[in-house]
Amino acid sequence: MKSLIVIGKCSHAICAAAVAFAMLGIGTRTGAAASHDRWLDLAEQIFKNRPLSDGTRLIALEMPYRAEDAAVVPLTVRATLPASDPRHLTGLTIVIDQNPSPVAAVFTFGSKANVNAISTRVRVNSYTDVHAVAELSDGKLYVVKTFVKAAGGCSAPAIKDAGEAKKNLGEMRFREFASKPAVSRLHQAQIMIRHPNNSGLQMDQVTHLYIPAFFVADLKVWQGDDLIMAMSGGISISENPSIRFTYVPTGAAPFRAQAIDTEKHVFKGEWPATQSAM
Amino acid sequence: MRVALAVSTVLSIACFFTRAPAHSQDSTAPLDVMQIAPGVFVHFGTIAPMTRKNEGAIANVSFVMGDKYVAIIDTGGSVQEGKKLLAAVRARTSKPIRYVINTHMHPDHVFGNAAFAQIGATFIGHKNLPGAMATHGSYYRKSLRPSMGESLIANVKIISPTELVSDALEIDLGNRMLALRAWPTAHTDNDLTVLDRTSGTLFTGDLLFVRHIPVLDGSLLGWLKDLDELARIPARQAVPGHGPLVTHWPEGLADERRYLNRLAADIRAMIKRGVPIAEAAKEAGGSERDRWQLFDAYNARNATAAFAELEWE
Repeated sequence: MKSLIVIGKCSHAICAAAVAFAMLGIGTRTGAAASHDRWLDLAEQIFKNRPLSDGTRLIALEMPYRAEDAAVVPLTVRATLPASDPRHLTGLTIVIDQNPSPVAAVFTFGSKANVNAISTRVRVNSYTDVHAVAELSDGKLYVVKTFVKAAGGCSAPAIKDAGEAKKNLGEMRFREFASKPAVSRLHQAQIMIRHPNNSGLQMDQVTHLYIPAFFVADLKVWQGDDLIMAMSGGISISENPSIRFTYVPTGAAPFRAQAIDTEKHVFKGEWPATQSAM
Repeated sequence: MRVALAVSTVLSIACFFTRAPAHSQDSTAPLDVMQIAPGVFVHFGTIAPMTRKNEGAIANVSFVMGDKYVAIIDTGGSVQEGKKLLAAVRARTSKPIRYVINTHMHPDHVFGNAAFAQIGATFIGHKNLPGAMATHGSYYRKSLRPSMGESLIANVKIISPTELVSDALEIDLGNRMLALRAWPTAHTDNDLTVLDRTSGTLFTGDLLFVRHIPVLDGSLLGWLKDLDELARIPARQAVPGHGPLVTHWPEGLADERRYLNRLAADIRAMIKRGVPIAEAAKEAGGSERDRWQLFDAYNARNATAAFAELEWE
């Protein structure tokens, strides 16, 4: 893989993170045993030997077995804790084992928001295991995995119109979905941001040089002053990042979002709450 | 459409009989081509994914003869197919092949380029084609290796055009003008069409699919816009990128337009209802299932791409 290119071209702000991610990508091996080893290596480096428990009954990771478009592979993680279980999600790490930069995103969730499901779209570069590691409010880590058949998602040039992409850079949209308060007090919303999220593995169509990695590194969403979720993103998040999440409203305060990309552009948005908190 | 259908059936039967011995004996036996107008020859590809067995010969590839020169329009899905296309030209004329035109970047249209590399022809393509080939070439080789086999992939060379079309270009084959036109992003961001002014034959590349489900790798809205413009071209017949000859123009665009409009309408409705992308990909365009070949191979992918495009409307 071309991990070194990521290191060479990234801006100072994210070099540390990119180097850390990229180091995890060095040493591509094949075969079932090797992929198992790879996960053990990744888990050790990402989670610093914290124990990972089987999360099978507590969280679910949903991805299509065969990705239709490797540059836009939908991914959903939801907590499936029984109603009697008092624990909730406090954090979530998505690892795409065989990607050049395996850590796709690290989410942390606000203490009042009670986020219990999150969906986004990722790039998948080759057939790979994908691991979701959730941190629950008991402070422990729980892991589930799935396998995805897809290829070329990191190097596939996703930008259909580079001029258009530049013009709209940073445009944000926020959407609340109609909730069913009778069924659940959970609401659902989506934050979208226009950004090429260049992976560093795509080539410029004119110069034939690799386009430097350029992506949304940090994204936060609040309601009022309460954090709903924060994402620290890598190059595996698809172009025009989109994150859909459940949350418990904390009142009628407006929603705010802030994104910072690897060139230190700061994008902000604010939207009034359209559905009353039940 | 009835006429086109019959033609294609006859054609596929012909292919079946003439191709069988080609594998075992002469590997450069000429490709089966049909003369659809004086000096205009087309090999109609089989509607299927690229495999070792079909040698990647799934797209329509053509050549046009003028008084002085020959122009090739797409070279096929393997060097093997390209060589057979070259043999088909040589079986009919010794005039030099002056131009090799690629209608867009996809491997079933350009993997045969290497067969024409040593004959002094000028390769022509959309201004975005060299970049698209550079970014996609090695990925296509890698991803097609399992289904096509190493021997068909090993000698594929990504040969970029040196003559680029940013808007329009006329080339002269000797008393025969070909009008080339570069299109805004639609099927891909490097679509090019060729109109043979003498016979009124329009080579649409993959801006038009007939019977083979359209494949979206550019912009759905851009494609719909291009179709309106395409319909204005005063052609007498059209050679689509995939599927049989279109004898009624521009009526032959109707099926594809209906599919793309259906997809757009379904996706827009789902976005409005808040359906997530993964669910939308399973359902959008479903009413078109029985009208297209290879529907299950491409529809969900089309829907995924369309969703990502339309949610920013």
